[in-house]
Amino acid sequence: MSTQSVYGTGPEQSAIERHTLSIVVDNEPGVLARVIGLFSGRGYNIDSLTVAEINHKKHLSRITIVCSGTPMVIEQIKNQLGRLIPVRKVSDLTIEGPFVERELALIKVAGLNEKRIEALRVADIFRARVVDSTLESFVFELTGTAEKIDAFIALMVPLGLVDVSRTGAAAISRGKIAIGTES
Amino acid sequence: MTSKITEKTSRPDPAENQASVSSAASAKTSRMSGAEIVVQALIDQGVDTIFGYPGGAVLPIYDELFKKSDKIRHILVRHEQAAAHAAEGYARSTGKVGCLLVTSGPGATNAVTGLTDAMMDSIPLVCITGQVPTFLIGNDAFQEADTTGITRPCTKHNYLADNPEKLADIIHESFHVARTGRPGPVVVDIPKDVQFAEGVYKKPESKKYRVYCPQIEPQKSNIAKAVAMMAKAKRPVFYTGGGVINAGTKASELLTKLVRMTGFPVTSTLMGLGAYPASDKQFLGMLGMHGTWEANHAMHQCDVMINIGARFDDRVTGRVDGFSPQSYKIHVDIDPSSINKNVRADLPIVADAGLALEAMIAAWEEKNHKPQDAALEKWWAQIEEWRAKKCLRYKQLGDVIKPQYALERLRDHLQKDKRDVYITTEVGQHQMWAAQYLPFEKPNRWMTSGGLGTMGYGFPAAIGAQVAHPDALVVDVAGEASIQMNIQELSTAIQHKLPVKIFILNNEWMGMVRQWQELLHGERYSHSYSEALPDFVKLAEAYGGVGLRAEKAADLDDVLAQMLETDRVTIVDVRVDPTENCFPMIPSGKAHNEMILAADAEKFAQGLV
Repeated sequence: MSTQSVYGTGPEQSAIERHTLSIVVDNEPGVLARVIGLFSGRGYNIDSLTVAEINHKKHLSRITIVCSGTPMVIEQIKNQLGRLIPVRKVSDLTIEGPFVERELALIKVAGLNEKRIEALRVADIFRARVVDSTLESFVFELTGTAEKIDAFIALMVPLGLVDVSRTGAAAISRGKIAIGTES
Repeated sequence: MTSKITEKTSRPDPAENQASVSSAASAKTSRMSGAEIVVQALIDQGVDTIFGYPGGAVLPIYDELFKKSDKIRHILVRHEQAAAHAAEGYARSTGKVGCLLVTSGPGATNAVTGLTDAMMDSIPLVCITGQVPTFLIGNDAFQEADTTGITRPCTKHNYLADNPEKLADIIHESFHVARTGRPGPVVVDIPKDVQFAEGVYKKPESKKYRVYCPQIEPQKSNIAKAVAMMAKAKRPVFYTGGGVINAGTKASELLTKLVRMTGFPVTSTLMGLGAYPASDKQFLGMLGMHGTWEANHAMHQCDVMINIGARFDDRVTGRVDGFSPQSYKIHVDIDPSSINKNVRADLPIVADAGLALEAMIAAWEEKNHKPQDAALEKWWAQIEEWRAKKCLRYKQLGDVIKPQYALERLRDHLQKDKRDVYITTEVGQHQMWAAQYLPFEKPNRWMTSGGLGTMGYGFPAAIGAQVAHPDALVVDVAGEASIQMNIQELSTAIQHKLPVKIFILNNEWMGMVRQWQELLHGERYSHSYSEALPDFVKLAEAYGGVGLRAEKAADLDDVLAQMLETDRVTIVDVRVDPTENCFPMIPSGKAHNEMILAADAEKFAQGLV
C-alpha cells in the first residue's frame, strides 16, 4: 500500500524550463481574468505578465507571459491557453527562433554627495535616463533584459536605492514575420 | 506598458456594427425586447425544452416563455442544480445542446455543480442566468453574484450580455461554442435591464462565427501512420471513451466497423459505454480502477494502443509510470490539451472521433491492410485466459440480496421489455456495479457523472432523458445516500408526469467511502453510515409516486415486474448486503497489472498485497 489516498502519488519531476509566450487575444471583458485564472486554477507558475492593446481597430491585445515548468507542463499551458475562446494565437517565442525580450524599470535612488555622483555615473554606464530629479534623489528609467535591470538595482542598493517599479517582459520575434501571420 | 488593462464593456466590431445597421432593414432582422430576443434565439437554435426555475432577475424572459409555451416546453425543477443535470441528461440522450434558465445570485450559484459536471464530462449546455440590472452590478444588490466570475473556470466560455444589440449574436454564438469541438457548458448572463431594452434580432444564419473554429479534420499522414502501426500490431487494443459518444451515433457505427475489420479487442471508459455493443465478443468490458481483469491486463500488455476519444484519466491509468509500459500509443482527441497531459502519446491525432474513425477505415481499406492473424490468435488466447478468471463473479447465497444480483435481475427484466432503455446513475459503488453488470448495446443510453463524480446527478439526469424520450424506460440506478442529494425532484417528476424508475441499492452506507475506510483506513468508519434513513416507500408515496421494496432475493422478480408496470415516478428500495465491496479494483498508486479481486481484499487491507 503505497499511499492512503484515493489519488496516487504524483509523477516524477523533470527539469524546469522557462518559456516566453506571446498570446494574441480579443480585447474583450474578462479576457485577462480568463488567462490568469487558468494559471492559478491549474497551478502553473507565472513569472511575469504584460498586456496592452496592440490593434485598436480589430480590438486585439497582446499578452506576453514568462512562465516556468517541466516540458510537459509548458505544452499543457500552451494547449490550455489555446482552448480559451478569445485567444487567437499562442506563440512560444522560446522555441520558435530568435527573439528580443525587454523590461522597463523605474528606480528611485536617494542620497547626497559622493553617492549621488556615483549613482549618476553607474546610470550612464547602463544607459539609464534620469526622468525625475530633486536635490537629494533621482528616478532612473532603464530598459533591458531582466538580468541587466537586476544588475543595475544591485549596484544601486549601496548608493541609496529606495524604490523600484518594473514591468514584466515584452517580447517579439526577430526577423520580418509577424505573430499570427503564418497561420 | 505593463498591465494596462484595456478591457471594454463590450466588444464592438465596426464591420459587424455596420452589418447590423444595414441588415436591420432586411426581412431577416427585426427589433424586439431583450427577453424576446432570448426566446426567439432559443427557438431558432432548435430548443424545444428548457429546464429552469424562475426568479426576480429572469422574470421578463419567463414572461416571454409564457407567450411562447407552444414552441418551448419549460420543465420546472425544484433546485437549479437539478436543472443543469436534467439538461445534461437531455443533451446526452439526444446528442443536442441542453438548455437551462435560472435566476441571478442563488439561481446561478446553485447551477454551478451541474455546470462543472458538464465541463468535466464534455456535455454541451447553454445556461441562461438572470443578472441584476447593469447599473447595480458590483453594488452588492439583492440576489447579485459575480456569475461570470464564478463560472469562468467551470464553463467552456461565458458571456455577460450587457448590450441588447449584441444579445442575439451572443446567444447564437453560445450554442456554436457549446456544441463545436469538445462540447461543454456555456453561460450567458443577462442583466434585467437588457431583458427589457430593445435590440436587433438576427437569425443564426446571418452570422458567420468569427470566433472558435477548432480543428476537427484529422491529418491524412497521421491516419496513414496510425493504420500502418495497427496493421503491424501483435497485441493491439482499442481504448475508447466519451469522445466517440459525443461525435454522434455514426461514430459508434464506424467504431464497430473498424473494430470488426481489424479483429482487435476493445475496451471502454465509463463515459464511452455503449459506443461498442457490450454483448460482442471483442468487447472486454470497462477498464480502469473498477474495470475488468481482461481489459486492464490487455491495456498493460498491449503493443499498440488506439485511444479514440478518451483522456487517460487518473481513474483509468492507475500509476502513470506503470501504465501500459510497452505500447505504442495512438491518441485521437478533439482537444489538443488532452494530448500529452497525463500520458505521452507516440502519435497524437487532433480530430473529431467520428472523422478520425472514418479516415482510418478508408486508409485501412485503401492500403489493403491485413491484421497479423497469427499474432492476434495468440493475443486472443491470452485474453481468453484473463477472461476465464471471471473477475465479476459473486455468490448470491440465501435471502440477503447481493447488489450485483439485483442489477443482473434488473438487466434481465429490462432486456425483456420492448421499450428503449436509458440508464442513469448516481455516484459510488452502485455506479461502478451498474457499469460492470448492465450491458449497453447502443450509444446515448448511459448517463453517469464520470469526471466530477457528482452524487445527486442521476435522478435529475433521468428526468432530462425521460423528457426527451417520453415513451422510453428510464432507470436511475441509485444509492440511498446519493438519491437524497436531489430527492426533491420527485415533485418535478410528478408535475410533468415523468415515470422515471429509481432503483436504489440500499446498503445503508456511503458504500464507496466505507469501502475505502475498510481497505485503507483500518476499518474506522468515520461518518459514512447513513443514519436516520427515510422510509423510501412512504417517501415516494408522499410525493404522489409509487414506492416498492425488495428485502429478500426472492422478492426481486415481483418487485421489478411491478416497477415496469407503473406509470408514475417509482422508487424501488432494494435492501442489499451492507458489507459488499466493489471489485475488481486497482488500488491507487498501482498499475493495471496490480489489480486485486474480491478474494485478495483481506490480504490487501493487511498490507500483504
